[in-house]
Amino acid sequence: MPSNVLLDLKEVHTHIGAYHILHGVNLQIPRGELTLLLGRNGAGKTTTLRTIMGLWQASQGSVHFNGHDITHMATPDIASLNIAYVPENMGIFSDLTVEENMLLAARKASHAQQMDTERLAWIYAMFPAVEKFWHHPAGKLSGGQKQMMAVARAMVEPRDLLIVDEPSKGLAPAIVQNMIEAFQTMKASGVSILLVEQNIHFAQQLGDSVAVMDNGRVIHAGSMAALSADPALQQSLLGLAL
Amino acid sequence: MVNMKSSLDIKPLLLVPVLALLALPLIGSVDTWLTLSVAGLAMGMIIFIMASGLTLVFGLMDVLNFGHGVFIALGAFVATSVMSGMTDWTQSQELWRNVVAVGTAMALAMVAASIIGLAFERFIVRPVYGQHLKQILITMGGMIIGEEIIKVIWGPLQIALPLPEAMRGSLLWGDASLEKYRLMAVVVGLLVFALQAWTLSRTKVGLLIRAGVQDREMVESLGYKIRRLFVGVFVVGSGLAGLGGVMWGLYQQNVVPQIGAQVNVLIFIVIIMGGLGSTGGALIGALMVGLMANYTGFLFPKLALFSNIALMAAILLWRPQGVYPVANR
Repeated sequence: MPSNVLLDLKEVHTHIGAYHILHGVNLQIPRGELTLLLGRNGAGKTTTLRTIMGLWQASQGSVHFNGHDITHMATPDIASLNIAYVPENMGIFSDLTVEENMLLAARKASHAQQMDTERLAWIYAMFPAVEKFWHHPAGKLSGGQKQMMAVARAMVEPRDLLIVDEPSKGLAPAIVQNMIEAFQTMKASGVSILLVEQNIHFAQQLGDSVAVMDNGRVIHAGSMAALSADPALQQSLLGLAL
Repeated sequence: MVNMKSSLDIKPLLLVPVLALLALPLIGSVDTWLTLSVAGLAMGMIIFIMASGLTLVFGLMDVLNFGHGVFIALGAFVATSVMSGMTDWTQSQELWRNVVAVGTAMALAMVAASIIGLAFERFIVRPVYGQHLKQILITMGGMIIGEEIIKVIWGPLQIALPLPEAMRGSLLWGDASLEKYRLMAVVVGLLVFALQAWTLSRTKVGLLIRAGVQDREMVESLGYKIRRLFVGVFVVGSGLAGLGGVMWGLYQQNVVPQIGAQVNVLIFIVIIMGGLGSTGGALIGALMVGLMANYTGFLFPKLALFSNIALMAAILLWRPQGVYPVANR
C-alpha cells in the first residue's frame, strides 16, 4: 500500500441478504485530504461506508486502513482504530443531552469534566450551537443543529479518518456554508475526510479528490479540480455540469 | 449556554397518585385505603425489581426473554435453603439479626441467579439473537427446564418461607395496619431504583446502556462493544430477578417451583405499559399494577387478574408504545 493512502478498498463486494449491492469497489483515500464520494441514489455510496465500518461485511475483496486489514473486523474494533463515522440519519441519541452525546464519543473520558477543554473550544468555534445547547436533549435540536452536533461528536477526540454520509442533506444554505467552513477547518487540522455527498456545489467547494460511483462500482476517481474543469466528464458521470 | 429545558414528561408520573385517589372513594375508609395502598406499593416495588432488568435486556438487544421467571424461582428457592439454615438468626427478636439473615439470602440468591443468567445468555439466548419467534420458544423452554431442575433439587412441593420474627406484624397508624415487611419492601425497592437511576444517569456505563437502548449500531460505531454491555445487563437483570424472587417469596411466605411463571405475566404487563427499554416506565407500570391488584382484590375479587390486563389496554390506548416510549425504537 502506498504510504500516502490511508484507506484502501480493493475489489470489495457486499451482499445484503439476497441482494448484491457492491460489485468490486476499488477506492483509495489519500492521507490528509478530503475525498468526496459522488453518485446518484442507489449507486452504493452508503453501502460502501457501512462496509468500511463493518456494519455490513464485505463478501469478497479487502479493506485496509492505516496498514490494518479491517475487512472482517467488528465495528467497535474498526472505530477504535481512530475512525469516526456519521451515518446518514446522524445517529443522534435523542433522549440524551448534547453533553451526553459528546461524552459518549469521548472514549477516554468517564465524566464530562474529563473531556479535553481545548478540543471542545475548537469544536465550539466551528459549531457554536453545540455549546449553546450543551444541556439540551439532542432530540429537541433542529435538523441543522443535529447535523452539526453529529459532526462535532465525531471529532470530540482526534481521529485519523472522518467519514460522513451526506452532511448537507436537508440543510438551509447558511448551515451548509457553516458546514463547508467546518470541514475546511478540520482538514487543516490534519484529519483525512471521506464525504458522501449529493450536493454538487458543496462537493466542489471542498473536495481534493473525488470518486464517482454507479451500479455498485467506482466508475471514476481523480482530482476534484480536474472534474470541475471538464464539463463533458461531469455530464457523462453525473448527468449535469457544475 | 442556555438553560436546560425540561425534557421530563410529567403526565405518566401522575398516573400512580391519580389511580390511588380514584380508589379512595370506592374503598370508603381511609384506613383501609392506606393499608391497601402500602400493600400495593410494596407489591409494585417487588415487581419493579424483577422487571427492571428484563426491560433493559429487551431495550438493548431486542431480546424477548420469556425465561426470566426461572431466575425469580431460583432466587426464592435459594432463600428457602439459606434461611432454613439460619434459623437462629431468623427466629431472633433482634431486627439486625433478621436483616443479616435476609441480606445473606438476598446476596446468595443474586449470585446464584447471576451465574445461571450468564449461562442462560451464553447457551440459550445468544444463538437466537434477532429471531423473536425462536427467542420466545427457546426461552420458555429454558424456563421449563429450569423449573424441572428446581423440582429435582428442592422437590415439587410448596416450601414455606416465613418472615423472620422481627419483620412480622404490623405498625398501626390510626386504624390503618401497615405490615412491617411491606414497608421494608418499599424501602428496598426505592433503594434499588435509586441505585439504578444513579447508574443510568451518572455513570458512563449507564450512558452507554441508555444510548444502546436507542441505537445500538451507533454505539458500536463509536467504538464500544455492545455485546459485552448486553451480557453485563443480562447478568445484573438476572441477579435482580433473583433478589425479587426472595422478596416475592417472603411477601407470599411460601415458594413453589412455578413462582416465576406465575409472576411472569405481571412482569410483561409492567414492561409493556412502561415502554420497552424504559426503567422509569417500568417503575410506574409496576406501582400501578401493584395498586390495581390490591384495590380490585378488595373491591371486586373476581376481577383481580382481569384488572391489570384492562389497565394495560387502557394505557396502550393512550400511549401505544408505553408511558415512556424509548426514542428511535
